[in-house]
Amino acid sequence: MIWIPELVLRLALWLLLAPLLPGIINKVKARVAGRRGPPVLQLYYDLAKLWRKGVVMSNLASPGFIIGPAVAWVALTGAALLLPLGPAGGVVSFRGDVLLLIYLLALARFCTAWAAMETGSAFEGMGSAREVSYAVLAEAALIAAVLSLIVHSGSVSLATMLSPTAGAGAGAALLAAGLFVVLLAENCRVPFDDPNTHLELTMIHEAMILDHSGPPLAAILHGASIKLLLFSLLLVQAVLPIGEMSPLAATGALAAGVLTVTIGVGLIESFLARLAFRRVPLLLTTAFLLCLFSLLVAWKGGAN
Amino acid sequence: MSASTPFALLANATSLAWAEIPVWPAAELVRATAAELNRGARLCAWFGVPEGSRTCLVAVLAFDVDNTLAVGRSQPFTGSYPALTTLNPQAHLFEREVWEQHGLVPEGHLWLKPVRRMNGNAPANGEFFRVAGPEVHEVAVGPIHAGVIEPGHFRFQCAGEEVLHLEITLGYQHRGVEEALAGGPHRATMSQMETVAGDTTIAHATAHATIMESLAGTEAPLRAQWLRAIALELERLANHTGDMGALAGDVAFLPTSSACGKIRGDFLNLSALICGNRFGRGLVCPGGCRHDLEPERAALLTERLRTALAETEQAVAWFWDAASVRSRFENVGTVFPAQASEIGMVGPAARACGLVRDVRYDHPAGWHRFAQVPVAVWPGGDVFARARVRSLEIQRSGQYLIEQLAAPAGGELRGEPAPSAPDTLTAVLVEGWRGEVCHVALTDAAGRFRRYKIIDPSFHNWTGLALALRGMAISDFPICNKSFNLSYCGVDL
Repeated sequence: MIWIPELVLRLALWLLLAPLLPGIINKVKARVAGRRGPPVLQLYYDLAKLWRKGVVMSNLASPGFIIGPAVAWVALTGAALLLPLGPAGGVVSFRGDVLLLIYLLALARFCTAWAAMETGSAFEGMGSAREVSYAVLAEAALIAAVLSLIVHSGSVSLATMLSPTAGAGAGAALLAAGLFVVLLAENCRVPFDDPNTHLELTMIHEAMILDHSGPPLAAILHGASIKLLLFSLLLVQAVLPIGEMSPLAATGALAAGVLTVTIGVGLIESFLARLAFRRVPLLLTTAFLLCLFSLLVAWKGGAN
Repeated sequence: MSASTPFALLANATSLAWAEIPVWPAAELVRATAAELNRGARLCAWFGVPEGSRTCLVAVLAFDVDNTLAVGRSQPFTGSYPALTTLNPQAHLFEREVWEQHGLVPEGHLWLKPVRRMNGNAPANGEFFRVAGPEVHEVAVGPIHAGVIEPGHFRFQCAGEEVLHLEITLGYQHRGVEEALAGGPHRATMSQMETVAGDTTIAHATAHATIMESLAGTEAPLRAQWLRAIALELERLANHTGDMGALAGDVAFLPTSSACGKIRGDFLNLSALICGNRFGRGLVCPGGCRHDLEPERAALLTERLRTALAETEQAVAWFWDAASVRSRFENVGTVFPAQASEIGMVGPAARACGLVRDVRYDHPAGWHRFAQVPVAVWPGGDVFARARVRSLEIQRSGQYLIEQLAAPAGGELRGEPAPSAPDTLTAVLVEGWRGEVCHVALTDAAGRFRRYKIIDPSFHNWTGLALALRGMAISDFPICNKSFNLSYCGVDL
């Protein structure tokens, strides 16, 4: 039972730190555009505001409209807790926990789409259709990346997989590029989706949550920020040789890595236009191929 | 071409006695109008004039090549007449409007439904065109939109992401502008004209002021014509720049989006420098202009204009240099030249289909008789071409403004008001930033308005947007819409 305080501590860390990332992205975008921009802590204020508000619910929607976001939030938080944090390792670790992580992410997506379909709105049906179509390709890339890590480390446990010994070299560069594209797609960032748009017809993720309000919306927004942090940490730990550093250096490297990824997302959003939907599969397939090549490098490179 | 026409000819901004307009039976007017339209004329206006319990139809045509307008009318009648739309589709919305305003039924019209007639607080939309099939779904957008924009309803018939058909219905802002003008001009008329379409204030105000001057048989002093031309181009600059920014915003390209939003404000402030209002309200009045532009303020205006133009040039260059932006615009929302001329499109949207149509060039009136802006044309008909025409017009209007500000016309700013001639029809075209703004007025025996017809360029172009969406991805609707950026209130009147 000694892991309970650690679990609570980690949970608090995840829940409290995650909303910082969208704030940093927005700050970067504002600075590049020459604006002052919203405060870095804006999402915290928004969440606090939404939490106090009531829920407007369509009289056509079943309780799934509320359950969906709740289950999605729990699934994302659970997935986050599975992820080892550099030198601190994982709080729960077992053979094959990486599969649970992938399935928890899929469950969260399923629940968000389910809740969106509950309203019967044309926009949300369209958003869900887009989300799950692109997820097929994004998941393929993620699974290829995981396979590459498994082959490289010879383990199916996240704790071992994510502390690669002495630089994975060319494989790590491919993996980093592939995972970064997956991060952008999974977190609905430009060039896949535009989190700032008000145009329902062009939305993917935003279209799915148009009818949500109050605490369920807060759960969705908070869950999205946890997902962003989760993917950033996954990316950083997959490519940096954290396992070989001293605990202090490793923690610093982890934080710096996440910050770099976040600023990178902000810069991409500042300088790149969105892709047309018909071109999205092309980019996601590229991400899949990058991860696949990193798998080949890990496989063939590890043989000698 | 126009030499052999049975219609009465008149130049832009001139008038003609009602009695001198040739009169035919309705069927003959339809036949003659269709013959001219099929020979390359454009339908500027098609409306009814009540005469007792009956109505006569009036057709105003434009022969762009001959730089002349033509008018014809029918004998007063009730009931039905053979539809012009079946002979030339340019008339389809005009005939729906005549049907709802005067009850004249165009026989054979394929899609006869209200344009803006009220049904309680909402327009009487009628039936929507439907596509049937197990894979087909319908998406309804509006009339209330996300974002602060005007109300309009868009009904998409889609197969997956592909749009098979789009039907647009407007009328949510119908406020009775034309009805309010009957028996006018009234004290409020000038203010009402400035708000027909708030972003086209100068064009509509100039058209109305020119109507009053033409009816009185006078002309605004040269200095007023000069100032109106300057204000018109400033209006064009502000709106084109704002739309370039909005197009960038729709594809999430932040640099141009942020910069153009700010520069649009700079251009609006230049209008404010002339007359104290960012949209140019209160500048134009019948007989001239209310605010002069002294040499000191003209110099200040030129200086600020140069800065704003240089900034626009830079912001728009980021946009054209980004491959990610170009790939979003090319081959999206294409209107073919044949379609554009068939439905009578006007303004930058028509010029982006390679059609050379510009009132400033084809039917010059006022200052444009002395100083022309080169016409900006681009082939292609897609979002890219429309954005390209806009950016060319920004350059050319900017150049024109700098030249004209350096060579002001002297003299009076405002002439003496004169009474309007009785029983006279006058037609005025002004090239607003969206295209041809057309005002037609007919006076009664006392010289008051018997009928006043306003045709905003959007009236011609909304069908173009619907055509542009055919076969496109529904997610590309916002950039198609923004590339046209048509007026809702200008159509709703």
